[in-house]
Amino acid sequence: MRRLLVQRGRYFDSVFLLRISRTLEEVPGVSRAVVAMGTPANMESLVRVGFNAQQGITPNDLVIGLEAKSEDAARVAEAKLAQMLASGGEHSESSEELTSTLGDALAVDAEANLALISVPGAYAAAEARRALRRGLHVMLFSDNVSVEDEISLKDEAARRGLLMMGPDCGTAIVNGVPLGFANVVRRGPIGIVGASGTGIQEITSLIDRAGGGVSHALGTGGRDLSKSVGGKSMLAAIDALTADPETRIVIVVSKTPAPEVAELVLKRLAAARKPAVVQFVGSPPAPPRGSIVFAETLADAARRALELTGLGTASLSNGAEAHFPAYHGSLRGLFCGGTLAQEAWSILRRRGIDIRSNVANDTAHKVKAGAKVDGHVVWDLGDDAFTVGRPHPMIEPGLRDNKVLQAVGDPSVGVVLVDCVLGHGAHADPAGSLARAVGRAADVGPADRRPAVVASVTGTDRDPQSYRDQRRTLEDAGICVAESNAEAAEWCAATLIARGSEKAARGAGT
Amino acid sequence: MKPNSLLRTDLHVVNVGLRSFADGIRAAGGSVVHVEWRPPAGGDAELATIIDRLRSDDDAGWREPVASANAAAVGRLLAAEPRVIGIARADAVIPGMAADTVLHAGPPIEWGDMCGPMRGAVIGGLLYEGLVNSPEDAAELAASGRIRFAPCHEHQAVGPMAGIITASMPVWIVENAAFGNRSFATLNEGLGKVLRYGAYSEEVIARLVWMRDVLAPLLTKALRKHGPLDLRSLLAQALQMGDEGHNRNRAATSLFIRELAPHLVRLAARRDDVARVFEFLNGNDHFTLNLSMPAAKCALDAAAETPGSSLVTVMARNGTEFGIRLAGTGARWFTAPAPKVEGLYFPGYGPDDAAPDIGDSAITETGGYGGFAMAAAPAIVQFVGGSPAKALETTRRMARITMAESPIYRIPALGFRGTPTGIDVLRVVETGILPAINTGIAHKEPGVGMIGAGLVTPPFDCFAQAARALAETLQAPEAQP
Repeated sequence: MRRLLVQRGRYFDSVFLLRISRTLEEVPGVSRAVVAMGTPANMESLVRVGFNAQQGITPNDLVIGLEAKSEDAARVAEAKLAQMLASGGEHSESSEELTSTLGDALAVDAEANLALISVPGAYAAAEARRALRRGLHVMLFSDNVSVEDEISLKDEAARRGLLMMGPDCGTAIVNGVPLGFANVVRRGPIGIVGASGTGIQEITSLIDRAGGGVSHALGTGGRDLSKSVGGKSMLAAIDALTADPETRIVIVVSKTPAPEVAELVLKRLAAARKPAVVQFVGSPPAPPRGSIVFAETLADAARRALELTGLGTASLSNGAEAHFPAYHGSLRGLFCGGTLAQEAWSILRRRGIDIRSNVANDTAHKVKAGAKVDGHVVWDLGDDAFTVGRPHPMIEPGLRDNKVLQAVGDPSVGVVLVDCVLGHGAHADPAGSLARAVGRAADVGPADRRPAVVASVTGTDRDPQSYRDQRRTLEDAGICVAESNAEAAEWCAATLIARGSEKAARGAGT
Repeated sequence: MKPNSLLRTDLHVVNVGLRSFADGIRAAGGSVVHVEWRPPAGGDAELATIIDRLRSDDDAGWREPVASANAAAVGRLLAAEPRVIGIARADAVIPGMAADTVLHAGPPIEWGDMCGPMRGAVIGGLLYEGLVNSPEDAAELAASGRIRFAPCHEHQAVGPMAGIITASMPVWIVENAAFGNRSFATLNEGLGKVLRYGAYSEEVIARLVWMRDVLAPLLTKALRKHGPLDLRSLLAQALQMGDEGHNRNRAATSLFIRELAPHLVRLAARRDDVARVFEFLNGNDHFTLNLSMPAAKCALDAAAETPGSSLVTVMARNGTEFGIRLAGTGARWFTAPAPKVEGLYFPGYGPDDAAPDIGDSAITETGGYGGFAMAAAPAIVQFVGGSPAKALETTRRMARITMAESPIYRIPALGFRGTPTGIDVLRVVETGILPAINTGIAHKEPGVGMIGAGLVTPPFDCFAQAARALAETLQAPEAQP
């Protein structure tokens, strides 16, 4: 039985609703639960999965699509829904000022100087423009903003002397305050500008765990270094860090930029007269250029910056090769962090492994998200194709953990490579969730054919989830934990190569 | 402000969207104000653009002439000094009232479109006037076109529920001492089988006759001895005694009795009549609703007809449609189908028995009390689905769509902050926050009466239409050569 319920004029944020959807789907007998705001897009997808359309539903109305095996199951789900909505609705503490627009918020805090905006993409540019008009710096977390809007927002920010981070900016740390998905790191002399959220998280976490500290980490959004946007935010952020007396070393991190934009960025960095480390994830390493050195990996970027501050870097590698048995079978990379996925893929490629990915930057190895692949593959599960109607796996790792469960039980898989991203905004216990998935698979699959699981943890001891605790949870579950994402990928590469040579040796012997 | 200045100053964040981000900032000791964001203008992109265009360059307020017009309009609303000066026959004081006039609640409506309770009240009104001898004849007369139906609101009057006023009914005369304008309302009949809920049986008519022949003359005389009664002061005190001036009028009614009692007992009248007056007043907790309503009406009328202003001057329902009017668009009504009331029902009744929302009593919310003063009335919070905490939240939420806080009506539980006053239609549309209206629930069949009470959420569409119309009046002068 299918049922569509509408509650008029009740707006909730999408993350909260997606959590509710997931909880309702866990009710026995409920096969599908979609709890969403009544936007045209959401209504379309409800109709697509078989619910009857209703007239006059607005984006301010809450829509609940329930598909259940029985009336009883539907009733249980409805009661659960009412309970969760009530607790979510009461979220606001009575002492908190109620505000519904940016203008209201400025009436509460006249000193406000930055707007962190994470509204649905269709409304994001207008909200960002309002914030800039009121003289606020902006971090725009939302994605699905057009390139035209991105350019005009960044130009407007430049005219007003404001910093425009994003759209699609997931991570920043300003004056020690984590914005969006960010880790709790020590203050220090290293400033970071990144066009990649998980790239910033990995570098800042590694710096912190090695005893170093971060002045600021500024995000630009993933598209900033494209030809059309031209690095507008990156250049403004480099200027800000150049002028900032606390920042002594600058790290720039991005996926491979458009060549002409890369040149602009490097020129601006050279002019900054501060030692700089550049990591273009997926680009081959390059020789140093004046004050600029090029890192091979995110971990290498952290290492080089730490060396410039005179700190030791021993913690960045545990020195030992992983001692996991190499079974026959292919590698399955299952990532929540997009840049981490791309880094893992490019390290494995650089070591000569024939591996495909939805984030590969060459057409020969690029595959569409979710396509059937024989052989080695790295998936970025944050890809829109995986997350339609679901939360990003960093917030809600259920999607990734299901894939881990399948991979561990798949006899054709020999190694499973994963990330585990901590910090504000991320799931409360990603390691626990991952460990349970691996444990469940172990109960099902044959012990002698179980693939090795290799992980790295991006985070610090002061993150809400605690790096130390999360790492121990993974290790207790028999998962090999590397010191960095790059190291985990190197371990896998080494194993695959060793196995290749064993195979070759065996082949030569017979 | 240069980008690098951001890095040197303390970060003060406004978080628009995902709440968990605010929690993270707070946990790190950062300063953050969280915005409970909703799609602007109810998700209507074109309307959102209209609202955006009315925002000043720095987005801090409305553009001229809206800003000045609103300041003027809400200034007049807050400066009003409503006082009861007497009682008179409706056709003697209400402008445009004749023997064949029947005034009703809400926006304009004809007999054919009226809901059950309103039809019942019309029938009762015609019987009361002696224009017909039976309910059947009354219905026939009402349908004949020989009766002139008109909204109370178009005649400086307001009526609760069906809001029927006929020519010979006694009405309160409320005068706005600050501006000299007047408003009118009938005397409240009490609960149970009463005309305003569509009842027209003999006992209903008999009560109306007694009110006309005994109650009204005695109150008139007592009031004359007392002198004009300051309704502002009466309501201000009642709000500090647990009333909100719409669904709870117990404190105000008690204060009213106390005020008039010495004058009533000194009248040269039959002791039994005076005793019955006291019994009637004491038995009707809503007696002063028919004073708090015209008090709001004459305050809002003083602010009406202010070109450019987005102040809502009327919210009213006729049981079929919900309608509003704006200061900036004068006499024009903006209507949409009347919603159902969400609330608690008396034993034996349920939502299926209810008529859609009806009555002019939402004038109290329009004037800055009623549901807007929910925080003052913890005793009736169950009717609006909640706890005292929820009541506080309702009042604070209303502050987000209003222009000012009342300097007179204050709420102890909110640190004596003034009630949120002067609904700004543009804010309603921008935020999607709809006025919270407390109300009674009428049975859908005429003659049954009140079956519950609760909260009604007006249709967004009325406000959207009104905002569009206001924007058009602002553009019109530029468009002309």
